[in-house]
Amino acid sequence: MERESIEYDVVIVGGGPAGLASACKLKQINPNLSVCLLEKGSEIGSHILSGAVFEPKTLFDLFPEDAKDCPTLKTPVAKDDLFWLTGENKSIKVPSLLMPKSLHNKGNYIISLGELCQWISEKAMELGVDIFPGFPAQSYLKDESGRVIGISTGDMGIDKEGNQKGTYTPGMDILAKQTIFAEGARGHLGKQLIKEFNLDEGRTPQHFAIGFKEIWEVENDKHSPGDVVHTMGWPLNEGTTGGGFLYHFDNKRIAVGLIVDLNYTNPSHNPFQEFQQFKKHPKIKQFLDAGKRVSYGARAITKGGINSLVKMDFNGGMIIGCDAGTLNPSKIKGSHCALQSGILAAEYVSKILTEENCDFDDLFKASTLYKELYKSRNFSAAMHKFGFYLGAAYNFIESNIFRNTLPITIKDEQKDCDSLNLNNPLYTKEYPTPDNVLSFDITSSLFLSGTNHEEDQPVHLKLTDPSIPLTRNKELFDEPAQRYCPAGVYEIIDKEGEDYFQINAQNCLHCKTCDIKDPSQNINWTPPEGGGGPNYVGM
Amino acid sequence: MKIIIPVKRVLDPYTQARVNKQTQQVDLTNAKMAMNPFCEIAVEEALTIKESGSASETIAVSIGTDKTVDTLRTALAMGVDRAIFIKTDSELDLQPLHVAKILANIIKREEAELVIMGKQAVDNDNNQTGQMLSGLIDYSLGTFISKFDLSADGTSVEVCREIDSGIETRQLGLPAIVTVDLRLNEPRYASLPNIMKARSKPMETIELSSLGIDTSPRIKIVSVEESGTKDRASKQISSAEELFSELNQMGVL
Amino acid sequence: MSALILIELNGSEVSANSRAAITAASQLSDSVDALVLTNDASNSSSVAALSGINTVKMIVDDSLENSSVEVASKLIADVMGDYKYLISGSSTFSKNILPRVGALLDVQPISDVCEIKSNNTFVRPLYAGNVMATVETSDETIVMTVRSTAFEHSGDDGSASVESLSASMSESNSSFVSLQESESERPELTTADRIVSGGRGLGSKENFALIEQLADKLDAAVGASRAAVDAGFISNDYQVGQTGKVVAPKLYLAVGISGAIQHLAGMKDSQVIVVINNDPDAPMSRMADLVWQVDLFDALNELNAYQV
Repeated sequence: MERESIEYDVVIVGGGPAGLASACKLKQINPNLSVCLLEKGSEIGSHILSGAVFEPKTLFDLFPEDAKDCPTLKTPVAKDDLFWLTGENKSIKVPSLLMPKSLHNKGNYIISLGELCQWISEKAMELGVDIFPGFPAQSYLKDESGRVIGISTGDMGIDKEGNQKGTYTPGMDILAKQTIFAEGARGHLGKQLIKEFNLDEGRTPQHFAIGFKEIWEVENDKHSPGDVVHTMGWPLNEGTTGGGFLYHFDNKRIAVGLIVDLNYTNPSHNPFQEFQQFKKHPKIKQFLDAGKRVSYGARAITKGGINSLVKMDFNGGMIIGCDAGTLNPSKIKGSHCALQSGILAAEYVSKILTEENCDFDDLFKASTLYKELYKSRNFSAAMHKFGFYLGAAYNFIESNIFRNTLPITIKDEQKDCDSLNLNNPLYTKEYPTPDNVLSFDITSSLFLSGTNHEEDQPVHLKLTDPSIPLTRNKELFDEPAQRYCPAGVYEIIDKEGEDYFQINAQNCLHCKTCDIKDPSQNINWTPPEGGGGPNYVGM
Repeated sequence: MKIIIPVKRVLDPYTQARVNKQTQQVDLTNAKMAMNPFCEIAVEEALTIKESGSASETIAVSIGTDKTVDTLRTALAMGVDRAIFIKTDSELDLQPLHVAKILANIIKREEAELVIMGKQAVDNDNNQTGQMLSGLIDYSLGTFISKFDLSADGTSVEVCREIDSGIETRQLGLPAIVTVDLRLNEPRYASLPNIMKARSKPMETIELSSLGIDTSPRIKIVSVEESGTKDRASKQISSAEELFSELNQMGVL
Repeated sequence: MSALILIELNGSEVSANSRAAITAASQLSDSVDALVLTNDASNSSSVAALSGINTVKMIVDDSLENSSVEVASKLIADVMGDYKYLISGSSTFSKNILPRVGALLDVQPISDVCEIKSNNTFVRPLYAGNVMATVETSDETIVMTVRSTAFEHSGDDGSASVESLSASMSESNSSFVSLQESESERPELTTADRIVSGGRGLGSKENFALIEQLADKLDAAVGASRAAVDAGFISNDYQVGQTGKVVAPKLYLAVGISGAIQHLAGMKDSQVIVVINNDPDAPMSRMADLVWQVDLFDALNELNAYQV
């Protein structure tokens, strides 16, 4: 069977907010452009996970007429609380006056980003975009001059050993005049493009967090649609930064989650367990009582801000959204930024397709996205560099007193993969057994993510050097993959009396944390057979 | 020989069914939907027969609201020649008897000699439609098949049926209906090029109301609940003797 | 308001499915008859001995050995006359025939009834048993199959009268070729009364043999968790769970299985669940009727050596 190929004006990789906004804007600017969008999830939205409190302005910019009918925009933020959890039962309410301005959510909505993406994808199809879910872009294609000329999708029907099965179906080359990469945080092609085209030259290393989220259905009288709770502090302690959230939305549902920065230092730290503990805090527990957990998921977040944002244009294409690093870390919001970056990319690409003179940097610097990101440039770096308390204090002073006008830029040069201290028994953290009421184990959690992969296919998590997990990583850090993976993919098990590094690739949630945090940078996340991965609904 | 393959759009089998307590229905809002896996096997078998030169045309049929078109497109992308979409205005609670009557109408119209369909849909798990259809149009019936061989003269098929006691082989004179079981084949993927090509394949839309079939429900769903897992007594035991004695008392040995 | 049971015979034995159907019918009607389609008139005796049957209606004809569904469904539809209910146990036998009878009677049958709520309201599973639906039928005649695990099995202390029906056999366009009976020494996973299932706690393929040994001792089928399958201890065909086989035996004995939800979803309806594990906190233990917290290998060796 031969590989077939087809040509479009623009091909977009990834059906998240950035890619979809880009597709829509392109067709709005020029309906004659042929635009194709590929999504690795089995449906648009099935790999999308976000808090999410959403700033709707950009959506209205993109769809001035229709945005008001978007079904996920139905729970406006009503109340906005920030708690500093000072211990497992203690907390201090941070007065509204002292809250960083960026955390105020008036005018925002509590939404499901997955549902938003489904809605935008319907708009995109109405505009004539060809959307193909279930087909990951495996690699990008280049011509002799080094220009990116499209992507190719992966083969299907390959067995564990790499042989063709009866159902073998070759992938396809999709050629395009411009290729837009919008894979989300730590896209596997984005990572290669950044390296190949030196897109991170002069930038501080990108920083990431892992975000956990669960949806609960509750039956108590404390449910109040529109209420937003953010937390800082417990259970994360010095050496680990991040924060929690709890959003009340419609149908007696609550979204609860914890974001853990991946520059944590203690190798025995277990972000999944921290999240499970977090829900036991009285400030959180009160809303989950008599509730039932219905969804679970996790996803890496790109949060370096503008200091780490890579150069977004290169020969033949663009890299946008969280793939490039457009999230605003001070608001902990990336969806509206992703939409904006998609719109900008579409404006730029449509111009160069008609051979108009245009410099992306000029376009970007003139944008509201740039202004917003520039203001918040020090937020994450301050947290990382000064530690949580001082960092928070700095951020408060800078944003609320100086209104982000200080001519200071703080940089954090350490990569997340280099932050682990050597394994020291003194640090060892232990976590209580799940109570199966508020806290759960990984396997029952995974079940709620709907994650599934064809069983007989090559392992999609590739080790550059297969010996490292049991040698360097085990000796120095007791192989932290066993703990940072939110899906229990990595285990060291006893196989006939010897240690064996087991990769349960079927469990993978496509969060990319392993690719980011592995201290030996030895794990490469690659896309599995099309359609594999979580099946998030309403996440 | 024309082959008709009825296909059903169902909640993706890897997605957990969730009950909406207010509506007392399984909540399909924004849920991931897919072609019933047994229908995929039926499509694959029909395509294999067509590719062997024994069939003139393969036709997929489905019934439902506009979204059902996705499932028919999947069948077309797998390789089916054309599709018939029986359109309903709203999500009707169509039961196997209704579906069988609708399909009977289409099969007569198309004069199809062979119907290949899934043994059951993984949502309602009725395992009835094929059998009922065969009763309505008096076609011979082979249920739960794991092997299908068309005779050389093309007038009959030999099928292996997976039944509780083993594997029964039967000869069915055409016209016939077969319902397929898991082990019959492994369905092919709908490849990206074929998905693109499927867009230009013919799809006929028929309004259900135009067929004049009474679809008033015979069975009403009063309520639904998730069965969940229940905690049990967890009585501690400490020896083989104790275990066997308990199991004997419970009468399960 | 009488009920007719379609009897399924295994040789001359009445199947457990049919016995469950009688119990279900007795909850709906005071008058329960049995219908037997057979080539052997002597089969009437085992049916007449069933508890709870009034009259056994026999249709005997040589052609009914391995009869075709086309002929059988017509015969049954013709006998239905004044019967309100036609009931059979859920099996491939009844699932093949009853829906076709339903179509001939213009009735919507009800599959896999697990509970009888009233004379027209029943509980049945949807979505592989993850959802239970209470359904109410408006059909005058009610055709249904019942889960044999959900109803007691009627015994053998009855003495029903036997009535022979004359019937004309219709022509059939299909014919029987052969039956290859399952030869597996162990019962089939999905229909077994007992299952011994092993998890990754067993550690190796070699150790998994202890599970097979225990299964043979108990005349049980062998099952496995997905983790055990993934680790290569046993092939995928044996996987119990949401993505494997869904089972509901009388006895489910789980050894070294922690109990991922996807596994629990596949076996939670088992009548008696026994867990042998060394981890007292494993989710599986909460699901169990009996828990033996012990080193797996000690337990397996003791069980395999135990003289029943």
